[in-house]
Amino acid sequence: MADQLPEHPDFLWRNPEPKKSYEAVIIGGGGHGLATAYYLAKDHGMTNIAILERGWLAGGNMARNTTIIRSNYLWDESAAMYEKSLKLWEQLPEELDYDFLFSQRGVLNLAHTLQDVRESQRRVNANALNGVDAEWLDPEQVKEVCPIINIGDDLRYPVMGGTYQPRAGIAKHDHVAWAFARKCDEMGVDIIQNCEVTGIERIGDKVVGVETNRGNIATEKVAMCVAGDSSVLADMAGIRLPIQSHPLQALVSELFEPVHPTVVMSNHVHVYVSQAHKGELVMGAGVDSYNGYGQRGGFHVIEEQLAAAVELFPIFARAHVLRTWGGIVDVTLDASPIVSKTEVAGLYANCGWGTGGFKGTPAAGFTFAHTIANDEPHPLNAPYALDRFETGHLIDEHGAAAVAH
Amino acid sequence: MTHSARPSGSTHLSGPTRLDHATGIDRSRHISFSVDGQQHTGFAGDTIASALIASGRIDCGASTYLGRSRGILSAGIEESNALVRVKGRIPGDVSESMLPATRVPITEGLEADYLSGLGILDPGQDELVYEHKHIHVDVLIVGAGPAGLAAAREAGKSGARTLLLDDRSAPGGSLLSSPGRSVEGALDESIDEVPAPEWIEATVNGFAEAEEITYRPNTTVFGSYDSNFFVALEDRTRELVETEGTGSGASAGSADSDRDDTASRAGTRQRVWHIRAKQVVLATGAHERPIVFADNDRPGIMLASAVRTYLNRFGVAAGQRIAIAATNDSAYELLADLHAAGIDVPAIIDSRATASAMAERVVDTTGTRLILGSTVTGTAGEGPAGRISRVTVAALDEDAVAAGHGEDIDVDLLAVAGGFSPVIHLHGQRRGPIVWRADIAAFVPKTPVRDQFTVGAINGDYSLEAALKDGAEAGNAAANRSGFAAALTVPKAAAMTFAPARPLWLVTSAEDDHTALTTHFIDFQRDQSVADVQRAMNAGMRSVEHIKRYTSISTGGDQGKTSAVNAIGAITSILGETDLGSVGHTTFRAPFAPVPFAALAGRRKGELFDPARITAIHPWHVAHGAEFEDVGGWKRPWYYPRPGEDMEAAVLREGKAVRESVGFQDASTLGKIEIRGTDAGEFLGQIYTNGFKKLGVGKGRYGLMCTPDGMIFDDGVTLRVAEDRYLMTTTTGGAATVLEWLEEWHQTEWPHLDVVFTSVTEQWSTVAVAGPRSRDVIAKIAPNLDVSNENFEFMGFRETTLAGGIPARICRISFSGELAFEVNVENYYGLAVWEAVAEAGAEFDITPYGTEVMHVLRAEKGFIIVGQDTDGTVTPQDAGMEWIVSKFKDFIGKRSYSRIDTAREDRKHLVGVLPVDGTTRLAEGAQLITSGTPVTPEAGPVPMIGHVTSSYMSPSLDRPIGLAFVENGRNRTGEIIQSPVAGSLVDVEITSPVFYDPEGNRRDG
Amino acid sequence: MLLIDCPHCGPRDETEFHYGGQAHVAYPADPHALSDREWAEFLFYRDNDRGLYAERWSHSLGCRKWFNAIRDTVTYDFTAIYPMGQARPDTAEAAPQASAIAEADPQPHPTAGFEGAVR
Repeated sequence: MADQLPEHPDFLWRNPEPKKSYEAVIIGGGGHGLATAYYLAKDHGMTNIAILERGWLAGGNMARNTTIIRSNYLWDESAAMYEKSLKLWEQLPEELDYDFLFSQRGVLNLAHTLQDVRESQRRVNANALNGVDAEWLDPEQVKEVCPIINIGDDLRYPVMGGTYQPRAGIAKHDHVAWAFARKCDEMGVDIIQNCEVTGIERIGDKVVGVETNRGNIATEKVAMCVAGDSSVLADMAGIRLPIQSHPLQALVSELFEPVHPTVVMSNHVHVYVSQAHKGELVMGAGVDSYNGYGQRGGFHVIEEQLAAAVELFPIFARAHVLRTWGGIVDVTLDASPIVSKTEVAGLYANCGWGTGGFKGTPAAGFTFAHTIANDEPHPLNAPYALDRFETGHLIDEHGAAAVAH
Repeated sequence: MTHSARPSGSTHLSGPTRLDHATGIDRSRHISFSVDGQQHTGFAGDTIASALIASGRIDCGASTYLGRSRGILSAGIEESNALVRVKGRIPGDVSESMLPATRVPITEGLEADYLSGLGILDPGQDELVYEHKHIHVDVLIVGAGPAGLAAAREAGKSGARTLLLDDRSAPGGSLLSSPGRSVEGALDESIDEVPAPEWIEATVNGFAEAEEITYRPNTTVFGSYDSNFFVALEDRTRELVETEGTGSGASAGSADSDRDDTASRAGTRQRVWHIRAKQVVLATGAHERPIVFADNDRPGIMLASAVRTYLNRFGVAAGQRIAIAATNDSAYELLADLHAAGIDVPAIIDSRATASAMAERVVDTTGTRLILGSTVTGTAGEGPAGRISRVTVAALDEDAVAAGHGEDIDVDLLAVAGGFSPVIHLHGQRRGPIVWRADIAAFVPKTPVRDQFTVGAINGDYSLEAALKDGAEAGNAAANRSGFAAALTVPKAAAMTFAPARPLWLVTSAEDDHTALTTHFIDFQRDQSVADVQRAMNAGMRSVEHIKRYTSISTGGDQGKTSAVNAIGAITSILGETDLGSVGHTTFRAPFAPVPFAALAGRRKGELFDPARITAIHPWHVAHGAEFEDVGGWKRPWYYPRPGEDMEAAVLREGKAVRESVGFQDASTLGKIEIRGTDAGEFLGQIYTNGFKKLGVGKGRYGLMCTPDGMIFDDGVTLRVAEDRYLMTTTTGGAATVLEWLEEWHQTEWPHLDVVFTSVTEQWSTVAVAGPRSRDVIAKIAPNLDVSNENFEFMGFRETTLAGGIPARICRISFSGELAFEVNVENYYGLAVWEAVAEAGAEFDITPYGTEVMHVLRAEKGFIIVGQDTDGTVTPQDAGMEWIVSKFKDFIGKRSYSRIDTAREDRKHLVGVLPVDGTTRLAEGAQLITSGTPVTPEAGPVPMIGHVTSSYMSPSLDRPIGLAFVENGRNRTGEIIQSPVAGSLVDVEITSPVFYDPEGNRRDG
Repeated sequence: MLLIDCPHCGPRDETEFHYGGQAHVAYPADPHALSDREWAEFLFYRDNDRGLYAERWSHSLGCRKWFNAIRDTVTYDFTAIYPMGQARPDTAEAAPQASAIAEADPQPHPTAGFEGAVR
């Protein structure tokens, strides 16, 4: 017999009717919207706020990601943001009083070429100075951490080592969202589902409210947390974002007795996989090449992913794909997010997290709430302003940071 | 047949349970197998499930979380309970978990174990072969039931290329559950006036004679994608095991109309078919649902359709005293068949208040007790291994609420007919719209997806007549739409009408508290009940997606095939609604049925994961003991260790050879693009930061290309071969990207320029010959060439004929700072010329060198390697290459250098770094900090000023050297900075990046 | 796996093609005449339409020719394919696949699932 997951609370959230006005309105009831509302209420005393969700709460990328949490990013700005996020993750289960299965089982990022090794070393060394736990492992040490990885020479791209962040891990995504939602609800935040924003009202360069399918709502602060649909929403406010939306697929197997103790990511062979608490293997595939809002992608992307998985983990050969799915990722040119004020006063943008949105959830909420409450960025998200595309001061996690996920 | 000893804790009925009549087994072939260590015998054609039931065992593994006894529920792909692990059966095979016992055909010696919801992964190496096949067809038909067969016949006879796929081992679909003989009181299932089995056989035999129809059994279509792209899994495990295993060796695939060359199929376990179809007919049928009452999960509670399948197809009575819980007419087909087989049916309990015409007819014929307006409200499990022993029956009021405690009836099996859920998954995967039809209690396609048809039970049309008619018409129309016409023939069958169903979503009594209904199971595999649904709703959840996630209903191996609609029904009931459509269905996603990773990986493993590119000279490198480096898909010699040498020793030796005498390297992997046209020079001037228009014919020039963002993107030497012809070289890894880059800029921005591009990477072999004695070597192999410095200048090139009569282009290019040449010949001659160079150089002890020494020697000269020293954030100015950035012309990227951040003087610059102690070799990727910076990361980030990009033991300087990018580095020459290495700090001096021969004296020899 | 109708080679699988993003974004005639903001627009800002979208593809593993296409970014259906340099056609008329049988409801159908993107 297998162990059941921890029981959920008996009560999670109310389903209130929208009020005529709020101090702030957060568009998007995903992880980032919920975390933003949570920190606005908790840290900034703003409880007269609403989260407007078009569909069901946390049904977008929050319900579709592969739940990897890590902070071993290359650039100082990224490491600072994601390390803050990881520190928040470490305190959230207690703070939110909800066991959302945060498991610091470590993340291995494998290196398969000399160039991978150089990039890994560079990242590990930078991580160490940035206070991010990370170490370089040789192939034997990789095998010790994760015995099911094939480190033999029969691989087309043999494992030459890897970086390991012990504090990294996974969490149960839906439960995280519900944990935030419950606390938001307790603090008085209105979570309004099936409420689609159809317009953003401006007077001059200022936001004054939103139009929804459930009536107009007056507010002087509108915060966008709608990964995937950021451009569409921004267009309603008459602004343009440097974002492209792409399908990103993932898949899950049936339940197995535990074999995979950590999280493994390989950029070169392109696989990232963990075994979730119930026992299923959870894997992410590559981003589909074209712009797409369809929440589905091509099957060849899934096949490539599984070839990579079986290549690295021969033990997975007879696991079965049970379900595949797709989300929509907001992609920026430098693969780093935008957490920023905009040219419209009172309109705030949180988008462009690409494949890093889940792990960034607490820090996104924390910094975005600060930005909204103070109308000034927190030092952590100041580098993630829109003006970096003008100055050229990008935070390019494409180039050297290896895995983007 | 023999009976095994009774497994402990398992149900076992006494006496033989095989009946005289069965349509799907071959009684002449006995097959022995074992489950949970107990031996059993079955017949060819049996699944594990059918053979076990015949042996008297109906229970399977206990439930995943609650450990409740469970039994075989179904007879097919929708099974949620009976999951087994099958051990490897032939060499190279490994065990596989989570296979439905209802789908695994038995083979001689098969060993299986029941699982309890958790699989076990086999650490053994799966060495069986999995193929990927690709096919284009005019008409794809999914499902070989009556509708699919009729569609295939009509489409195929038009000449349209027709592919009929079905997940079962034999054609017939729902008719496979039919008795295949006349049964008193039963529906007339003859087609075109012959019994259905005869019609099926004749139809499939007809396919064998038609040129363009392929019928493939055991092939599950599991994915439907854009533009009618489908993926299907063909399972050949049984054939493979019987061919290659130690069993009888004979194949029983009598129904297999496959016309492939069987020799080519041998050894393939599974195939993934990739199908692009012009038109598609979905004839996928329907799955029956259980009924949600108390203790509805006991062994011996089985779908009515499954009871019928076991009875008729396998000749197995699943019980000897069978009650039937009905909500619709289909249950009466089972009743008629049970009666004909002489099985005791104490009662049929129908939720409907009045008897339908069919009910009346069958009940009259069979003399069975009919209890109307009632249902089963609970069960007792006092049989062996928790098997059902008794049902409790109670009357239902108008609201379908059970009133009071009715009577108890002793049974050993309960057949449940909760209604059918059409298999709309493939339709749904394409976001085809669906609607709820209350009259048949089913979600059905609203309209087909473009270029698709839905026929038969998928539409909720359960009559044979309608299936045949709709199937035939769709097959005909699909062929027509894809350009093939034929006269339509509709197979005839008797008209049948079914009375409306009365579905039961929750069997409760008025006083029931939903949160107490912990044994009203909805999802057996996930052990989730009505109580769990209620709890989710109490927590505030309303969306079916939330409830699915809160409870995990429909997330098991069957992905809700039997549970999803019941869950929606329960939610609807709890909300006090009646329209399941208002709650909605969860999203359909591929795969329709689980698919092994190995099958999807196919042959892409090991060498074939990403086939390596090798040069014409590769065999020589292998023969000479080279270690290889993977670069951009290529295998490049990294270094050539001699016996007893480690890498460092080999690299020092190879490097010294180049500096002191001569070395040679296979440079064939560099990308080569021929660029032709009157505007080629103009075009190159836009692409490269420097100009190429004025480059003289016969000369080469180094060029740097950048992204519009101004960052270094690729580099290489371009030769001007003729007035209108250039030959560009790119980095090894960048060749394909650069070709696309050139095409993009030409075709999309400057199409008016007369220029075309051709990749010639594979056409040329290149041998680099470097070192002070290289001129002597070249002189020997190219006797017609004047190799003097005066007549063969640096960056010049010459066309010549080598001593062996081989035409060659020889360039004076150096990446090491030494006198050096590159000999380019047709790829065919590559190895011969390499060997000629080796022979000519022998007197100078010419030494082959690999990429490592190439990297070391260029680092001594301060030359960058794109991708190693640069990372997509480096401008030419950062790299100290202003000299190559034209001030006069525009080029891609130039505008970006005047932006605030890119214009900063104190950006990170390429510098040399020398460890002050003269012995410590820094790691590539080591970080750099200003001297004296406290290294206390626990107190906050330690400011970093740069990092080491290249670091080597220099053979020329006999000390470690490095290249680095350091903030404002060019203005800090001479400053001592520090690199944290393994807990200590190494002092490092910032220097010029050029360590060796800064005057360039050695270039000319 | 999209099926893309290369104007030179005919319909081919998506895997033969390279995606080129938004169509009709010309390289500025004189980049140096642009402000930093305008140059950033060229470098980093592209339309990201939900619905019909004019985009570029290259048949990179076939004829290597670039072409324009109009594709619905929700249904992924191509409604027009046209040469580089040609203006965007009126897709309302150009839709070759507006056949009688709908691909799927353009609006989220009440019973077609609840996976609409968050807003």
